[in-house]
Amino acid sequence: MKSLTSFLKNNIRDYAMLIALVVIMILFQIMTKGILFKPVNITNLVLQNSYIIAMALGMLLIIISGWIDLSVGSIVAVIGAVASVLIVKMDVNWMLTVGICLILGAVVGAWQGYWVAYVKIPAFIVTLAGMLIFRGLTFVILQGESIGPFPTGFQKISTGFITDFFNVPGIHLTTIIIGAILSLALVFLDYRTRLNERKYGFEVLPIFIFVLKNVIVSAAIMGLCYILASYRGLPNVLVLLFVLITFYSFVSSQTVIGRRIYALGGNEKAARLSGVNTPRLLFYTFVNMGVLSALAGLIVTARLNSATPNAGDGMELDVIAACFIGGASASGGIGKVIGAVVGAFIIGVMNNGMSIIGLGIDWQNVVKGLVLLVAVLFDVYQKNKS
Amino acid sequence: MADVILEMRNITKTFPGVKALDNVNFSVTEGEIHALVGENGAGKSTLMKVLSGVYPHGTYEGEIYFQGNECRFKDISHSEEIGLVIIHQELALIPTMSIVENLFLGNEQSKRGVINWNASVSKSIELLKKVGLHENPNTIVSTMGVGKQQLVEIAKALAKKVKLLILDEPTASLNETDSDKLLDLLLQLKSHGISSILISHKLDEISKVADSITILRDGATVETLDCKTDKITEDRIIRGMVGRDITHRFPPREHEIGEVIFEVKDWNVFHPIHSDLKVSSNVNINVRKGEVVGLAGLMGAGRTELAMSIFGRSYGKHISGFAYKSGKEIDISSIDKAIENGIAYATEDRKAYGLVLIQDIKENITLANLKAISNGIVINQPKEMSVTSDYREKLNIKCSSLQQLTVNLSGGNQQKVVLSKWLFATPDVLILDEPTRGIDVGAKYEIYTIINRLASEGKGIILISSELSEVLGICDRVYIVREGKIVGEMPAKEATPEIVMKHIMTQEVTEL
Repeated sequence: MKSLTSFLKNNIRDYAMLIALVVIMILFQIMTKGILFKPVNITNLVLQNSYIIAMALGMLLIIISGWIDLSVGSIVAVIGAVASVLIVKMDVNWMLTVGICLILGAVVGAWQGYWVAYVKIPAFIVTLAGMLIFRGLTFVILQGESIGPFPTGFQKISTGFITDFFNVPGIHLTTIIIGAILSLALVFLDYRTRLNERKYGFEVLPIFIFVLKNVIVSAAIMGLCYILASYRGLPNVLVLLFVLITFYSFVSSQTVIGRRIYALGGNEKAARLSGVNTPRLLFYTFVNMGVLSALAGLIVTARLNSATPNAGDGMELDVIAACFIGGASASGGIGKVIGAVVGAFIIGVMNNGMSIIGLGIDWQNVVKGLVLLVAVLFDVYQKNKS
Repeated sequence: MADVILEMRNITKTFPGVKALDNVNFSVTEGEIHALVGENGAGKSTLMKVLSGVYPHGTYEGEIYFQGNECRFKDISHSEEIGLVIIHQELALIPTMSIVENLFLGNEQSKRGVINWNASVSKSIELLKKVGLHENPNTIVSTMGVGKQQLVEIAKALAKKVKLLILDEPTASLNETDSDKLLDLLLQLKSHGISSILISHKLDEISKVADSITILRDGATVETLDCKTDKITEDRIIRGMVGRDITHRFPPREHEIGEVIFEVKDWNVFHPIHSDLKVSSNVNINVRKGEVVGLAGLMGAGRTELAMSIFGRSYGKHISGFAYKSGKEIDISSIDKAIENGIAYATEDRKAYGLVLIQDIKENITLANLKAISNGIVINQPKEMSVTSDYREKLNIKCSSLQQLTVNLSGGNQQKVVLSKWLFATPDVLILDEPTRGIDVGAKYEIYTIINRLASEGKGIILISSELSEVLGICDRVYIVREGKIVGEMPAKEATPEIVMKHIMTQEVTEL
């Protein structure tokens, strides 16, 4: 039983957020009189939050390395503007445009990373400047107008669903099958890690918790897939997101680069004296953020089917809030990809639920602000207690 | 006989695992300059922290009497209230503020929260006159030299109506003229009835101004010498400081010394900010296979700076010189190149520079050599677990598991994690900077054993230590460093604490 209590104590943060997400979902399910879990709404919820999650992945790495990026909302806008000019005005192939925009995102990230990592200007200032610069450039490029519409191929990035190979009426069977394969794969991987850890005498979850955790995770995946399947199936964006989340979880927890980013944020001097090229690492963290912001910009533009000067306005705040709600530390070195994703979902469910019950944007912001504060308060309380 | 102004009775202070002060008695007579001497780590600073309330009443045992009344200080401001002011080694001035702002910081000349600048300035002119500093009170502190800043500190103490002034190595960073000025000021204050406690490593200064000398060793009072009745020689003080049995504190070792494995020639380093200040000049040192070479010297002598400049230029500017490994010149111009060439440097400040405290033991151990547990991209976690558990066993790291955060380890175990990290980087030359600082005797012995084992494996070890007995106890050869220069070199067998101490402390350079 000792391992159970110590397990709960060590992991309370991770699970508290998941429980909070579930509580919030149930709460809104009741308050919206059942609309929240309707297949069409769940699909919308995923689509609405996809770009927040994509950016939260990059933002988390930046926050872990000890900094912040305020410019991501403006990068979303400027990339959308460039894409619209290329596709709509200049008739460039949309796939080529996607490539160009991602590279442009990398260039924007390199611009900011250079100032932060090599010239040592605080990221807060560099990205505040970036926020103004890229917003301004968006207005310049769009000349203050919205540009659209886009070809269907481009729109499908956000609005498309994966093809169903089975044609069973009323249910998107491919989605269910993918969900089942996914659940099995996760259980298998988790079990393998567990065996490995036990082999080397590491602390492992009590078997009871291990089983419970896997049952809950599988049930959640299958539940989500079932809901989506009874509407139009898996959205393309969700597949893309899943790939990204998996990739970044892997990078942050299993790779040399990930380990070094944590070390950089945890103690920059110690990392440097251990031979980590800290400026270069920080530079690439910003380049990565730029690429993900560009990707988010493309998703937003495809979803709205037009590029507008105010696209992505204030989005950086939701992204940053998602990371902090998800347990990232403002002083760097601490944070998990899965936490940021859960944080993004908490923000997303609240946005969605509050909109459905007709709460104005004013009160929505008040509630979101309070939730952020409570989440971080919980962290501080936990830290002081130990 | 004059009145006793301060008396500390049976002071005992323990830190987790270490007894820093053991039944210390210390008293100061009114109107005298009382010097407090002892090796680094003898407990001088701890004693002064107890006295000034940095360690509040209740965290130590024993009593403090000031002017006959028992004092139980809650914090520094409490002790300052009754006229007890400590001036720390690192100056506590705010460099971006002016003299007058600093003088009255926390003691502002104000009425209902509004500062009266006229009164402040006129009072500060008076205070500056007393300490002999001719500066405009509106001068920004950072634009003045360290000597003048020191005087501002003393003026600040005078502003608080100081009765007993405590100076912790006030002249450590001053040149000779400034030091003399400061010592004269102490004598002058004495004639105005202000007593002082002077902590210093410079024996010539002490014999110049002190009325009595108390020697601390290993957290206990050795003796108090009266300078008025007897003539105290420097040798007499040194004997008191180092006179201890050092035969059984160090594990024995087989000495098998091979050819020169690492050598640095004509090494020059300049200060990173004050780029005209040379912190290492014309240094030539070498270490042989299986040899432990010590760098002895005072804190601030430039040993850490030298070591870090060698380790991938991690300190200093305009570094010039040559490095050779087994006779071949090597490039150590960046940290990763130094590591690649088999050089490792374990820092003196393990918390700030050595460990990522919020990460666990295994992540800290592998940080400097992630290549060895990965295919270049992906970390092989099982391999990481197995290699780190090897080190846990070999170095006897006491922990609940390898996933324990290093912040929760004791000093000795933290040091073992730092050592493990560098051992895992498989260096041929290890520079160990104060590897036993702040850890208890048992853990020290273990660290010495590890050092011996490394030497017997044929590695070259450069040991920086401020503890003389340690240098003499485990090194084969000793370099003596003073003010960035190598001022002496001798086999440890021929060195006695007295000889080394003399080299470290006396002013005339004895080039060998």
